[in-house]
Amino acid sequence: MKLEVGYIDIKDVQFSDTSKVAAGVLYVEAEAVRKLVLEDARIADIQLDIARPGESVRIAPVKDVIEPRCKVGSDLEIFPGMLGKVKTVGNGRTHVLRGSAVVTCGAIVGFQEGIIDMSGPGAAYTPFSETNNLVLIFTPKKDLPQHEYEQALRMAGFKVAVYLGDLGREVTPDCVETYETYGMLKAKEMYPDLPRVGYVQMLQTQGLLHDTYVYGVDMKNSLTTMINPTEVMDGAIVSGNCVSACDKNTTYHHQNNPVIKDLFAKHGKELIFAGMIITNENVFLMDKERSSDWTAKLCAIMEFDGVVITQEGFGNPDTDLMMNCKKVEAVGVPTVIVTDEYAGRDGTSQSLADVDIAANAVVTGGNANEVITLPKMDKVIGSLAEVDVIAGGFENNTLADGSIVVELQAIIGATNELGFSRHSAR
Amino acid sequence: MIKIVHYINQFYAGIGGEEMADHKPEMREGIVGPGQALMAAFGDAAQITHTIICGDSFFAENQADATATILGFVEQIKPDVFIAGPAFNAGRYGVACGSVAKAVQEKFEIPVVTGMYEENPGAEMFKDSVYIIATKNSASGMRDAAPKMANFALKLARGEEVKASIIDGYLPNGTRLNFFEEKRGSERAVNMLLKKMAGKPFTTEFPMPAFDRVAPAAAIKDLSKARFAIVTSGGIVPKGNPDRIESSSASKYGEYEYAQIGSTPQDVYETAHGGYDPVYANVDSYRVLPYDVLFELQKEGKIGSIHPKYYTTTGNGTAVKSSAAFGQEIAEKLLADGVNAVILTST
Repeated sequence: MKLEVGYIDIKDVQFSDTSKVAAGVLYVEAEAVRKLVLEDARIADIQLDIARPGESVRIAPVKDVIEPRCKVGSDLEIFPGMLGKVKTVGNGRTHVLRGSAVVTCGAIVGFQEGIIDMSGPGAAYTPFSETNNLVLIFTPKKDLPQHEYEQALRMAGFKVAVYLGDLGREVTPDCVETYETYGMLKAKEMYPDLPRVGYVQMLQTQGLLHDTYVYGVDMKNSLTTMINPTEVMDGAIVSGNCVSACDKNTTYHHQNNPVIKDLFAKHGKELIFAGMIITNENVFLMDKERSSDWTAKLCAIMEFDGVVITQEGFGNPDTDLMMNCKKVEAVGVPTVIVTDEYAGRDGTSQSLADVDIAANAVVTGGNANEVITLPKMDKVIGSLAEVDVIAGGFENNTLADGSIVVELQAIIGATNELGFSRHSAR
Repeated sequence: MIKIVHYINQFYAGIGGEEMADHKPEMREGIVGPGQALMAAFGDAAQITHTIICGDSFFAENQADATATILGFVEQIKPDVFIAGPAFNAGRYGVACGSVAKAVQEKFEIPVVTGMYEENPGAEMFKDSVYIIATKNSASGMRDAAPKMANFALKLARGEEVKASIIDGYLPNGTRLNFFEEKRGSERAVNMLLKKMAGKPFTTEFPMPAFDRVAPAAAIKDLSKARFAIVTSGGIVPKGNPDRIESSSASKYGEYEYAQIGSTPQDVYETAHGGYDPVYANVDSYRVLPYDVLFELQKEGKIGSIHPKYYTTTGNGTAVKSSAAFGQEIAEKLLADGVNAVILTST
């Protein structure tokens, strides 16, 4: 499969009478976005705001982050099976409003939403301090159950991202990159001496607001399967979960999966990017056994010479991570796993809930329990009402001067387990 | 001026090799042997005022006496920092450096630094107790080790924040500290995999620890005589969460009496747990805290009795160390109260 991705660099987002992209600025007609969101009767009200890099702004509680993209010159659509038609994506051309993002903001469970600081010490821990963010602040209908609110908010985020992404359809991109994968035989013929490297992505599917969707399918109901990495760039995988902010893979993380990017960077040079497996993180033991068995089996069938395995979430999924790792190693395929740690606030506790001797090559996104003080910002988008109960918060964590003390756990993307950031620990 | 006392063995003091290894502890004024290399790195920032010398065999064979003598020397001088070695890959010297450094740290509560090759037996024994700067495996690594040890000693003396082991150059000591790498995680993963596939050396960022696996207790033979309790990591607390147990990374557990059977669960209980959709647990907390079932079983005479209190915390993101401490305390209370059957529920 072959995907051309045209990146349109967005340097600012502004409200305007008409929505458009011009000279690197994304202009947004607020009323049009409001109307689009309020089509869903479950949403009582929606407010819009803009947060730019370097501003003294704190956004909380953040649910998801989405990058505006559109398919160009075909009948394919972004977020297939979710919002768009279910037709297979990952081919053709895609335009990206790079440097912009839609941030959905709303307390669903009041626990596992996160913080984005646009400046100050917290900004270094989240990639979304570097994007120009259109923030959607939701008010749900009264007494709307949490899972319905989650769904309404999730879909509204995608709708707005697609609406904005479409504005880039006719714009000439600042740069175009091509990502191409080959079948097993052709790849071997082209690069007979390069190792065949696979990527195993574990998707968060613990259920009860911890779900991930692939072409609209709730991944917890799927067997371990394969996907072409270019499909992921077109929104084939989307987030629908409330895992702790630090290691939640937002939809933006999926769209810009760094393992996919970095394997493509060496594709045809140092390795063959030979395929991608997606598997789940269900809570039942039988599901864990079955899914990890299938992961190992597919790695063997694909004759991978090595795989990178990435995790989402922590605790219970640590067992899936270890099962995947040891079973893949057992079929003779070397692994590197990417995870993060919960080593306690002082860093002296055991980092993972499960370990195995086979996991001898680990990349870590750092200790999520480490505490950080986030100084007061001039402006809060959303609300800080939940900042003591969100995962990573604690009692009396707002200080007299208005700064807040949280574990890194509370910051969106701080210890990302796709290896999206440079944050780590030793 | 930062005042430093330096510990070395008989070999580095120029007294002799193995044949002089039973040399008794002595203290000399000023700098001896490798202290020169340390001083070159200190410049005007610190001064080695005294050097303590002890033979490796003497230390190994008379550890208690040797340590007492050495502590006596240190007490006379009252240095700001104590440095031992570096010992490189010399086993007995490494154990002596680690052991003396640890004793000084404990007795005088001053910063101590030593240096060793990672495979020195002293490293395994003492890396979690004292800072051990990683060195090469022979004395040819002095030029590299001395400035690292000196700079780290200055840092400790000045009370500066200690950074992750990979940055400050000490052997990993079980304390995980965050920092920003030069490359993002995904790129490090791909590079590590290329090395691993090619059979080249690579360094994991998280060595697998020994895992604590607990053997289950023996089965209870007669339930009708057993006293039951419930302990949950599902976060069920009295309505309003009176002790403010955290939604994740709990710092405490709660000890509560059950609400009366017959009261509506959602009026008296809720969950503090932040790791799952709380709707079903809030509507009927007995789904996580099955007291209603125990109550019935007791009425039917199938179980002996129910301990009137339950213990609860949130398992979500809670450090294993904290969980183990909670578990220990709870188990002691339950044992003291004659409980011999515990139902553990999660989420």
